[in-house]
Amino acid sequence: MQQVLEGSHAVSEAVRLARVQVISAYPITPQTHIMERLSEYCADGNMGARFLRVESEHSALAALIGASTSGVRTFTATSSQGLALMHELLHWASGARLPIVMAEVNRAMAPGWNIWADQTDSLAQRDTGWIQLYCEEGQEVLDTTIQSYRLAESVNLPVMVILDAFFLSHTFEPVDVPEQESVDRFLPPYQPKFQLDPENPCAFNQLAPPDVYMEMRYNIQSAMDYALDRFEEVEEEYFSIFGRRYQAVEPVQCEDAEIILVTSGTVTSTSRQVLADLRARGEKVGLLKVKLFRPFPVSLIRRLVSPASKVAVIDRNFSFGASGIFAQEVRAALCNLPGHPPVFGYVAGLGGRDVTTAIIEDIYWRTKNAGIPEQESFWVGISEVSHAIGHC
Amino acid sequence: MRLDTVDQEYMYSGHVGCPGCGAAIAMRFFLKAIGKRTIMVIPACCWSVIAGPYPQSTLKIPVLHTAFETGGAVATGVRAALDIKGDSETTVVTWAGDGGTFDIGFQALSGAVERNENFLYVCYDNEAYMNTGVQRSSSTPYGAWTTTTPGQEWKRLRKKNIVEALCAHRIPYAATASIAFPEDLVQKAKKAKAMTGSRFIHIFSSCPTGWRMPSEMSVKIARMAVQTNIFPLYEVEEGLRYTINYTPKGYLVNEYFRLQGRFKHLTEGDLASIQEMVNEDWELLRRKAGEYSS
Ligand SMILES: Cc1ncc(C[n+]2csc(CCOP(=O)(O)OP(=O)(O)O)c2C)c(N)n1
Ligand SMILES: [Mg+2]
Repeated sequence: MQQVLEGSHAVSEAVRLARVQVISAYPITPQTHIMERLSEYCADGNMGARFLRVESEHSALAALIGASTSGVRTFTATSSQGLALMHELLHWASGARLPIVMAEVNRAMAPGWNIWADQTDSLAQRDTGWIQLYCEEGQEVLDTTIQSYRLAESVNLPVMVILDAFFLSHTFEPVDVPEQESVDRFLPPYQPKFQLDPENPCAFNQLAPPDVYMEMRYNIQSAMDYALDRFEEVEEEYFSIFGRRYQAVEPVQCEDAEIILVTSGTVTSTSRQVLADLRARGEKVGLLKVKLFRPFPVSLIRRLVSPASKVAVIDRNFSFGASGIFAQEVRAALCNLPGHPPVFGYVAGLGGRDVTTAIIEDIYWRTKNAGIPEQESFWVGISEVSHAIGHC
Repeated sequence: MRLDTVDQEYMYSGHVGCPGCGAAIAMRFFLKAIGKRTIMVIPACCWSVIAGPYPQSTLKIPVLHTAFETGGAVATGVRAALDIKGDSETTVVTWAGDGGTFDIGFQALSGAVERNENFLYVCYDNEAYMNTGVQRSSSTPYGAWTTTTPGQEWKRLRKKNIVEALCAHRIPYAATASIAFPEDLVQKAKKAKAMTGSRFIHIFSSCPTGWRMPSEMSVKIARMAVQTNIFPLYEVEEGLRYTINYTPKGYLVNEYFRLQGRFKHLTEGDLASIQEMVNEDWELLRRKAGEYSS
């Protein structure tokens, strides 16, 4: 049924439809609407889940680690400071091979306090063993959340569904909310491969000395590799029932493009507009939206961008001392490909600053007019910065 | 008193604790009382090691090893999952050290008890971070040497009263127990198991390695801690109704302190002031138990 939904509530609807059994969360803007709606559903009987009102994000994820190891479907949501507080347990959830699903609303890290969109929070967790999926709009948020359970439960890894603060979490859009029966067909009840059971007592997550630890880590990477294939299969199955798919990376007019813009999240929507404008003026520009960030779809990206003569990556995030993080990953994916196109890194929109069509167009022209990238990252749309403060 | 549960063993022989480990004794008696239908959550502590490395386990019940500060929260999640699955039979137990209870895990424990989560939290108390090599915790008693309170910097602060902190939450059941009083320990574990809501048992578990004493002294020292009123055996219902379960002989504290290397630097004067603190705490407890009117 078509409804006008806030991005946050698209998540909540998906969690209800996924028949999640244990939910645990702690309030933080801009995530809070997701949990408020879910706690209403639990209170009024719309959902048969247990809602745990714990005393911190750390405990929210800890509780789900307990619940998931006990064999039930689980969900949490958080943002920035809350995600950072969970860091230790992010590793724990993946190391324990638990199919927990989390909605992560991208918000800037403090200080100074800033509640607006910025991907540095989730990207700083890229090495924690979670599958990461970046969404562009409300429908995709709902579909991706439902799909995540299929993906997580088949590879036994946790999944983060990621959406931009406000631009997506608080924006109302028409969203098709599927019928429960169709979702049940796509997503059967969770069948855990292992669980805590007094009839079959096992020890979980115990001491792992050097002679076994490395194999356990290797298995996680194997699961990540498998997740690349599983992602496509899950999308196909979803498409066959609901008629929608998004792809791990979505190429838009890349075949004949000389310059390809690489984006993620809501910046993609604005870039689609810029692409249309530039194409109308005869510019050979393409767009590559990266949705699946972990596992990073290296071969897909190589294949899709290698025909272009230049690649321009837009990052709403930054790794201090290095560069924008998507740019790093794209460079790393291309570096062993002989004669690959140069990668231009652009940093824009940190802390919720608008990334306008004018900024994206400027990025295009800068890339077109440059020979090779003269620096790892160009910060676009910033005012004059005093180096005296920068160096202090 | 006869121990009618003595035949049942839920621990395999061959754990990897130190000789004389009080925490191993505590576990063995506790499991006899709690039985097979139990899921145990163990945050980081000596017991993360004592239970054995992959692929072996010392315990015959399912165990979920977890991060240091998560004992209260992980058990919350296990309980919620069992409830959703319709399993009301299984008892969820968190088994944590004093560091994981008094210090880093206190927030998660306080949260769980405030929510009155239906589980049993056991703290085996060896009065320091033993797993990492005898560093002080807020459970380390006044007067003790540890590797972070060395030489003249011995701990000059009192041990946190964890039972009182939990009573402030109006926890349905809180009790102290000792490895030297197994009948009392077993009886309290059985009582706690039969109740619902949050329950807490604080087990005094001597540590020969960390307390700098011979391994065969473990039980004797634990017995003396009770007999000197240093660690009284009592229980509290609803955070209000106190019962003292054992009337100690009221020995002076000196001998208890003299037998342990961790206290060897203390002077007669120090011991006298410690005796005063112990007397004061004991009288306070008796007053709460209604055995003493001021
Ligand atoms: C977040 C975190 N900090 C520190 C540690 C290291 N660590 C593991 S066990 C432990 C001490 C445990 O002390 P306690 O809870 O008293 O149990 P004991 O080892 O004495 O049995 C410490 C500091 C850890 N595992 N996790
Ligand atoms: Mg300890």
